[in-house]
Amino acid sequence: MTPRPARLPLLALVALLLAATATTSLAQPLRIAVYGGYFQDSFDAHVFPLFTEQTGIEVESIAAPTGMAWLVQLETAARAGQAPADVSMMSQGPLQRGMTSDLWVPLDESRLPNVEFVLPALVNRNAAGELVGVGAVSWFVTLVTNTDVYPEEPTSWAELWGDHPNSLGLLALPENSFLLEVTATTFFGGTDILDTEEGILEVVDKLIELQPNVQLWYRDEGQFQQALQSGEIPMGQYYHDVTGIAADEGFPVRSTFPAEGGILDSGSWAVTRASDMVDEAHAFIDWFSQPEVQDLVARMIGTAPTVEREYLSLSDEEFAAVSDAGTPIIPRYDMYLERGDWLNQIWSERVTR
Amino acid sequence: MNRAPAQSRPQHRRERPEAGPWPHLLLAWPSLALTVLFLVPLGTIAALGFFRRIPAGFFEVGFVTDNYARALDSFHLERLGVSVMLALAATLITLLVAVPFTFLLTRRPRRAQVPYLVLVLASLSLSEVIVGFAWSLLLSRTSGISNVLVRIGLMETAVAWSPGLWAVILAFVFVALPLAILSLYPTFSRLDQELPEAAGTMGAPPLVGFVTVVLPLVRRAVAATAALVFIFVLGAYVIPQTLGRPAHWTIPVHITDQAIMKNHLPLAAALAIVLLVMSSVIAVAIVVIVSGRPPRAEPSVPAP
Repeated sequence: MTPRPARLPLLALVALLLAATATTSLAQPLRIAVYGGYFQDSFDAHVFPLFTEQTGIEVESIAAPTGMAWLVQLETAARAGQAPADVSMMSQGPLQRGMTSDLWVPLDESRLPNVEFVLPALVNRNAAGELVGVGAVSWFVTLVTNTDVYPEEPTSWAELWGDHPNSLGLLALPENSFLLEVTATTFFGGTDILDTEEGILEVVDKLIELQPNVQLWYRDEGQFQQALQSGEIPMGQYYHDVTGIAADEGFPVRSTFPAEGGILDSGSWAVTRASDMVDEAHAFIDWFSQPEVQDLVARMIGTAPTVEREYLSLSDEEFAAVSDAGTPIIPRYDMYLERGDWLNQIWSERVTR
Repeated sequence: MNRAPAQSRPQHRRERPEAGPWPHLLLAWPSLALTVLFLVPLGTIAALGFFRRIPAGFFEVGFVTDNYARALDSFHLERLGVSVMLALAATLITLLVAVPFTFLLTRRPRRAQVPYLVLVLASLSLSEVIVGFAWSLLLSRTSGISNVLVRIGLMETAVAWSPGLWAVILAFVFVALPLAILSLYPTFSRLDQELPEAAGTMGAPPLVGFVTVVLPLVRRAVAATAALVFIFVLGAYVIPQTLGRPAHWTIPVHITDQAIMKNHLPLAAALAIVLLVMSSVIAVAIVVIVSGRPPRAEPSVPAP
């Protein structure tokens, strides 16, 4: 009866065109990928608004999955000329793999004066010596326990080999659990033994002695955190920062830096070659490398700073909350690059079985 | 009302085999969609399996057989065996529950069936992730069902039933059950109510009547459902890793690990192709064994 049905699609089309014009006329935000969940929430609350306020550059945060998964997405997208994010926080293993396949844009050091504050180990260069990654935050993976089940705090990683049948939650893969490094440091005096395949096999033999203690080899952090908090799986390895937050919220959990050291892994900022916002990316990376920003991040997010301690204003107490005075266990990233596939095979066939 | 055109159509076809371009165009659309959306990605994955892995990087186009060789080594064949056995066990249990359930459901008046069907449809909307996590809580020692059994005096102490083999199978059956019921429902509801009644009148106890009269009539639907459930369960990858121990990690778990956690897309692709071939062969075998004849579009016409 009325011409309404015929007019409706036309109106919709007009509305769509108007909407499209409106969005293209706005400035495109710089898209920054950080781990989804706690990291993304914290960066959205404390970091990105401050950056926008100080520089005028709008930021859109992107929830990234675990490092390797995000690397695969970035690689695949870059082959199609797409950038799911401009800047990504990449952990060291995936960052180095991305270097091998030329995924990252070389950064212009003259536009990054604040990089001088960053710890030398986290000024990441590719084989040609070009700067492709700048340390963002560091985090520790530590020995965690449920305080109801274990009123006494353990002191050593060796506790994982103790009399705790079906009580452990451990990360399921060699390159996110770093358990070879833990075993080597705890029982073989350091990670040098991982230089050779024979040495690695010796460490694997020691590592698999803890198999009867493992209740869950986890890939999903949420699953283990829930089980740790309830006491279902009362011991294991987990992230120091998130465990601290859970303890603050009243859950009966604790994070311990064992005598052998916590596992120190870091995320670096890197820019995919498919990004068309390289200028803004430089501005963000330089801004984030300022000691004041690193102070803020350590205080608000609980991660360890990537800037030399001397430049920071953190008190001893504040620094101790996010880091450890002892020597950390540094993952053998070179081992994963050199023998990754062989190691994964040994791991699947002998460690998680 | 529409009988006349229905009758005239075959006549029309016999007289004029060339019915203009329309049937071809109508057929071209699904064929094109099938080619673009299924065959092209499948071909890409099959080809990716031959690409050269760059150990510390990504991969490059090439032709090597390493990935397929690795996908068929003893470790992965053992995993494939475990995956198939788990899926077969889950399929069998699902059918043992779904067939009698659907039969009894369709015997009830239409109105009484509705709440059950709503329930079945609702549980179909739960994702594998939610099901996996829910069961890991329900089967846990600290907050699971065993606490209820302790409370009512059936058990001494609460125990953890997850992770474990039966936790995985239970969750598989849980996600497959609504699918199986909905797949069996049309055939069962078309079944002549009087057949089992006649069997009863002639002296067959209900179970004997069900096995000897009803089951042969619904054999093909059961076969199709079995194949559907088997393939569906074989592809699950969240349940085995949240509810299983490493011994229960199926091939899809390892495909996910290779593709997502280990950056090894060529091996993931080769494993996917091996799994696809294996599941197709077994699904066809299930249909042949359960329905008693090879799958085909039309029933065979006896020779005159």
